[in-house]
Amino acid sequence: MASVKVRLTFPEDKIKEPIIYNVGHEFKVITNIRKADVREKKGWVDLEITGEPTEIEKAVDSMKKKGVKVDPIEKNVIE
Amino acid sequence: MSKIKGLKCRECGKEYPAEPLHVCEFCFGPLEVNYNYDWIKGQISREKIEKGPKSLWRYIDLLPVAGEATVGLYAGFTPLIRAHNLGEELGLDELYIKNDTVNHPTLSFKDRVVSIALTRAKELGFDTVACASTGNLANSVAAHAAEARLKCFVFIPGDLEAGKILGSLIYQPTVVAVNGNYDDVNRLCSEIAAEYKWAFVNINIRPYYAEGSKTLAYETAEQLGWTTPDQVVVPAASGSLLTKIWKGFNEMHKIGLIDKVNTKVNGAQAEGCSPIATAYKNKTDYVKPVKPNTIAKSIAIGNPADGYYALKVVLESGGAFDTVTDPEVVDGMKLLARTEGIFAETAGGVTVGVLKKLVESGKIKKKDRTVAYITGNGLKTQEAVINAVGSPVFIDPKLSAFEKILKK
Ligand SMILES: Cc1ncc(COP(=O)(O)O)c(C=O)c1O
Ligand SMILES: [Zn+2]
Repeated sequence: MASVKVRLTFPEDKIKEPIIYNVGHEFKVITNIRKADVREKKGWVDLEITGEPTEIEKAVDSMKKKGVKVDPIEKNVIE
Repeated sequence: MSKIKGLKCRECGKEYPAEPLHVCEFCFGPLEVNYNYDWIKGQISREKIEKGPKSLWRYIDLLPVAGEATVGLYAGFTPLIRAHNLGEELGLDELYIKNDTVNHPTLSFKDRVVSIALTRAKELGFDTVACASTGNLANSVAAHAAEARLKCFVFIPGDLEAGKILGSLIYQPTVVAVNGNYDDVNRLCSEIAAEYKWAFVNINIRPYYAEGSKTLAYETAEQLGWTTPDQVVVPAASGSLLTKIWKGFNEMHKIGLIDKVNTKVNGAQAEGCSPIATAYKNKTDYVKPVKPNTIAKSIAIGNPADGYYALKVVLESGGAFDTVTDPEVVDGMKLLARTEGIFAETAGGVTVGVLKKLVESGKIKKKDRTVAYITGNGLKTQEAVINAVGSPVFIDPKLSAFEKILKK
């Protein structure tokens, strides 16, 4: 089992979709929201994803395909 | 009793020991060093600082290391230059340049943060240091790791220009160029930092590392005779430097080294990567990530870790954020060079360009005592100005030929 901490940033047209619920059902991962700010036109969620590394990778890829920006919790680490 | 109590979450306040930790386990907020200011107040004085080394280590009582300085003993204490010529040109009575283009040893303000980070990393028992960087940070980590005889890994995006890599390679770290887009590289580096027991200066050591930027505020106040400026202009990438300059002034006040802080903190970004300035202009507290596209690459951070906090500092202090276009960056670099004889890198061009705009818009007034932070050396970003500086006048080796061009 592994666990990653990510910052999800949602584009405006995806805010109403149950994206986090869906990855929890499509892949063998446990999602745990720690902090979030979702408003009418924008939204971010700080999320912990736990599971086998390959499942986590698939979950992240699936969210990225849906247009969600998936960053490490540290955000940009390249300075 | 000691000066560091531990680490503390910036969001929920939960406390942690002074270990290599950087994210709150509960709310995922960033951790910060928690000092014992009462104890520090009893230790520190202007006289003691003035007798200290001519480096940033004269402020060791306010820095997050447990023992003595062991790495980067000559970083900091750079000149604060009274910029008469530039001040006159811009219409400011009292302008200063804090000149970190001559920081030791790698010519940028990163030598401050890295000397703290590596001194702390050694205290914490690490034998390997690492960073993810496109330039200045990598140069500084590689140089200091060589000095400290630590193993060093530098991670860079795969498509970086050759010239940028050389400034790290010369110190012989392992330079890892990662295939993928910028976001992929960010994510991978975070994962590597979580997996390996290394001191990743801007990831798991970040709470200690970031504190090094406070010394820019300490030095400024000391060099101004233990007073603070009315206005400062600071380039912002992750927003850490700006946040820490404000913190530095306020700490000095808290422990009685200076009487008051009425400094307005202004942030400078390049238009091609201005997520914090955009939030400021839109009057929102939400810093929306952007894709960077600017020649000011050292400050091109699209999803800034401390963006929200930098925005708060600017608002709280009554300053402003502004931006400049790439041609204005070049103009800023040339203006600083022509008036003060200082060759700054692109980030300095951003700072000077924004300073000019803030004066023009009346946000900085003629009588305001102003400090502009020039944080990196122009020799590192020569491509940015190579087509903007003209060329020599070519002549035959004859006096008459020389005199001909003199008459032109
Ligand atoms: C020359 C220079 N100036 C300013 C900055 C901005 O620092 P920060 O990321 O702390 O906002 C950086 C690095 O990121 C830099 O390399
Ligand atoms: Zn917390």
